[in-house]
Amino acid sequence: MRLVGRLAVGVFKESVRDRVLYGLVIFAAVLMAATYLLGQLTAGQDIKIIKDLGLASISTLGLFMAVFVGIGLVWREVERRSIYNLLSKPVTREQFILGKYAGLVLTLAVNVAAMTAAFYLVLAYMNWNADDIMRRSWPAPALDPALMIAIGLIGVELLVVTAVALFFSTFSSPFLSAVLTLALWVVGHFNDDLKHFDAVVDSRPAVWVARALYYLLPDLSAFDVKSQVVHGLPVPAAAVALAVGYGAVYIAFLLVAAMLIFQRKDLQ
Amino acid sequence: MTRTALAGLLIASAVSVVTLQAARAEFGRVPAAPAQTAVIRSAALIGRAALSYRPLVADVYWLRTLQHYGRTKLSKDPHKQYNLLEPFLDLTTSLDPRFNAAYRFGAIFLSEPFPDGPGRPDQAIALLEKGLREQPGKWEYVYDIGFVEYWWRGNFQVAARRFQEAAGLPGGPSWLGPLAAVTLAQGGDRRSSRQLWRQVRESADADWLVKSAEHRLAQLDAMDQMDRLEAALGQASLRLGRSPGDWRDVVAAGVLRGVPLDPTGVPFVVRPDGHVGLRRDSTLNPLPTLGGRR
Repeated sequence: MRLVGRLAVGVFKESVRDRVLYGLVIFAAVLMAATYLLGQLTAGQDIKIIKDLGLASISTLGLFMAVFVGIGLVWREVERRSIYNLLSKPVTREQFILGKYAGLVLTLAVNVAAMTAAFYLVLAYMNWNADDIMRRSWPAPALDPALMIAIGLIGVELLVVTAVALFFSTFSSPFLSAVLTLALWVVGHFNDDLKHFDAVVDSRPAVWVARALYYLLPDLSAFDVKSQVVHGLPVPAAAVALAVGYGAVYIAFLLVAAMLIFQRKDLQ
Repeated sequence: MTRTALAGLLIASAVSVVTLQAARAEFGRVPAAPAQTAVIRSAALIGRAALSYRPLVADVYWLRTLQHYGRTKLSKDPHKQYNLLEPFLDLTTSLDPRFNAAYRFGAIFLSEPFPDGPGRPDQAIALLEKGLREQPGKWEYVYDIGFVEYWWRGNFQVAARRFQEAAGLPGGPSWLGPLAAVTLAQGGDRRSSRQLWRQVRESADADWLVKSAEHRLAQLDAMDQMDRLEAALGQASLRLGRSPGDWRDVVAAGVLRGVPLDPTGVPFVVRPDGHVGLRRDSTLNPLPTLGGRR
């Protein structure tokens, strides 16, 4: 476990060296500029739009981070041949995969936490600046703690995407891994449609294939409660718990698959 | 190339970009394409393409709605059209079916008569009914339908029924019951109109709505003033033995002490037909004719 931890810290330090954290600056800049501009444009709906924009930005910047750092994690070590050095130490291939994953999770966690803090600061500023008339139009308070549910589930979605990127990076080039991961992310948001494929297609085999894909592919819509939270609607604890459980199991499945592939990979 | 040379090039190119942009703005204008460009009307298609960003895309369409409405309202073109307003509102509310402001403010935009809006209270009511299908217990939408029926359609009985219905919904404020009664008894008179607009002002959740309500209240005040001034004109006619041509005649007849001003400070005028009117440049023009009819 200690080895996994050291590997994870190594990945985190590397991502800091690679200026991955610059994404935070972009996030803060986008949000602050939007706060100023939207106040002039939105007929009193700026808090809703800032929340939508903030959550979408956390999700998008996190996605890019997960994909573009995740795809290079294994490939880079193999390409630099530094993996021989690593594997000559008492580090198993499974620990290597786990360490790399944990490192990216740490990077993402720091990023998401920092973005969340910036997001709440902007919301606090808007809350402080708002008058009673504006507050009347808000479906939920500016500093609504329920936003953390949406952010938490975005975090789980990013962990799944990271695992997907890592899985692909164990057997394909970074370019192909990026394409496949992003494609799976898109498909993951259409996943629910596969379940109802029989409504549009008559062919039984096609319906079975669609149903099989529904269970096999990640259902990323399970982690999307942004709209509900922004509108102040309740998000049932059971739904959150099930989504988190589903995410955890899916991550475990992907990591085990990545370990299996990496175990058999010929590194000569 | 040395660093100094590169820095020089950088500055020179930056200055050139700014200069050319300024020149382009001055001389290189391409005739603008017609503003009423095509719009994808399928919310289902846009919703699919938006993936998990549906609320954000709805926000973008809301901003486009505001821009379209604001730009068209400010346009001096006598043939201007608000023909993208309803499709934009429909897309916004289909992408984010709980976008409260899009229903409520959208209904106001749609109801406003030309040139301040498309004058489509039917579309306003359809939009609010769509919101009600999404949130059947939303008293605000039922109240807004009543408001449109009252103010823009003059259907006072329907309006009163809607106010009563809104009063019975969860969260419906206590003033709605009396409002329904007043509307039923005196629908269309200025007192009930004033009560309605006061409630709009008190319960408004946007500054511009407060201003809009204050504008309507000022119009109703002006109409009250005009009634009194019509009486003054009649009195002046009796004293002068002829119809007064302007306010100086009325002042000379000793009926008024000075030129009367509307609530915005612009003098009223004596029209050639002998009635009192607003001066052309008064921002209270045009006065309402339905719910607040004279």
